[in-house]
Amino acid sequence: MSARKAGRRFNPDRDVDEWRGAYFPYDIIKEAVVALVAMAILIVLLAVVFSSPDDPAVTLKRWSAVDPVDFAQTAITELDGTSGTATYGPPYNNTADAAQHIGFFEPAQWFGVHQPIDTAQDFVIGPLRRLPNQPRIHAALDRYEAASSSQQGNWNAAYEKAVANAKDVGGRLVVPAGPYGPVGAIIGSLTSMAQTGGLDGTLLSEGQFYNTDYTKPLLFIADGQYLAQLAQAQHLQGTQWGMMNETGNYPGQAWLWLYTMWYQVAPMNTSSNADLEVWVIMMVLTLALIFLPFIPFLRSIPRWTRVYRLIWRRHYHALAQPALSASPGS
Amino acid sequence: MTTTDTTTGTGVPGEEDAHQWTARVRHSAESAFPPDQLLPDRQPAYLTSWVYVFGILTVTTLAWVIVTGCILALMGPNWWHVSTTGHFVNSLHLWSVEAFFFFLVIHLWAKFFMAAWRGKRRLTWVTGVVSFVVSIAAAFTGYLTQQNFDSQWISTQAKDGINATGAGAFWNVLNFGQMLMWHIVLLPIAVAIIAALHVLLVRRRGIVPPFADSHEQGTAPSPTADVRDAPA
Repeated sequence: MSARKAGRRFNPDRDVDEWRGAYFPYDIIKEAVVALVAMAILIVLLAVVFSSPDDPAVTLKRWSAVDPVDFAQTAITELDGTSGTATYGPPYNNTADAAQHIGFFEPAQWFGVHQPIDTAQDFVIGPLRRLPNQPRIHAALDRYEAASSSQQGNWNAAYEKAVANAKDVGGRLVVPAGPYGPVGAIIGSLTSMAQTGGLDGTLLSEGQFYNTDYTKPLLFIADGQYLAQLAQAQHLQGTQWGMMNETGNYPGQAWLWLYTMWYQVAPMNTSSNADLEVWVIMMVLTLALIFLPFIPFLRSIPRWTRVYRLIWRRHYHALAQPALSASPGS
Repeated sequence: MTTTDTTTGTGVPGEEDAHQWTARVRHSAESAFPPDQLLPDRQPAYLTSWVYVFGILTVTTLAWVIVTGCILALMGPNWWHVSTTGHFVNSLHLWSVEAFFFFLVIHLWAKFFMAAWRGKRRLTWVTGVVSFVVSIAAAFTGYLTQQNFDSQWISTQAKDGINATGAGAFWNVLNFGQMLMWHIVLLPIAVAIIAALHVLLVRRRGIVPPFADSHEQGTAPSPTADVRDAPA
């Protein structure tokens, strides 16, 4: 239906005058082939000159060998249920009031726990139980699990206090003595197991030969300080606009600049619900961008800013000089 | 064996074939994309700015992203960590992605300042922006599946944002296998389909004309030559 039949007023931000001016020859296939070749040359040049980064992944073995104190301090929080993962909430566990929310809007809570993780069992007790021919370790685990929860809490608290003053002596974890019962043997054994590389395989395998889900080892590693310290040195922290950075001096996901920016400004930079707040902002902005042609005021910005006169400057220049303009139609 | 031509000779199904889905689809396709519109050899005189180049540069860099990604897929996800050749192909993949987004963003800004949605081109704009958003997801899953320190850090940080939305219950950025499938199958298919639709719409609707001088102040032009969108 034509616009006039529909009785709609011409809107310059929505409608156009049909072009009745000149056309000129344009070889679109040739343009595509030239662009394809030019881009191939550009990409090959960039790859040859700059290559690409590939910093090796952090393993539990490497972490526990390089910084056994940080490993042990993290491991005790997994055992006593105070680590970041243990208190995360959905989708890992049911920790109360842990899910991010904006008022009553709490989407993580709607879907609940989908990757259940019990850090004490999954990260500490379970892997040690799977060690064969280790009666001393199994006895320590038996004693720990047979104790009351208050006794476990006392041991855990005592170990946390002691491990805060632990030392790394040539890669060996040395924890001051204290009334921490079997917990010293448990965390010490877990540290030794990690240093041999056994914990990496145990956390990943989950009893299967093939596995491609790294959720548990990654969560364990991320609960410690070691990974974060490496990221800090590579300017990858959130406060360093890390989301759009890459290891080394390579360009990263620069297109995430707006997403990253919201984490730097109040109130998101201090909010415990920052991730949800930033996502809501970005979803609103993304929808606005998608449906921009339908949104009054926003769709008028191009006409108001007149940047188009720069893009079509030859066209407007030709209009201003009628004698030089091309003949209409072709 | 004899054959009977039941078309009208113009691609329009004859009466005998009017019920055929195949004939009707062919007719619709031929009506929507006549060859001289699908592959035009003439363009309007206002198409003179260098900024138009960024559209084709975006498409061609996307082609190189797909080609280099396919080579990496041929050899498997570990290849580029242990092979010099593999590392070079990974570098080609990385830089084609960086170039793709660089050109795409310039193309997007240029189209914004041209108000390129005018004249029944709103769906062209929508598909362009959606392909940009899906491309971001595709690139993001690529960063997650590098199998190195970078992917460890990105995944353990990104999980908080994804989990906060509730999507983390089903879309686990720490699950390498799941993310790899999204990166090499689902998202590339989505990007390719949406980008192809975008290009077809560009061909169908043509390049948006400049604002007429009389429109700059919002006044009506000649009433005989305008193309208006259906009511929003």
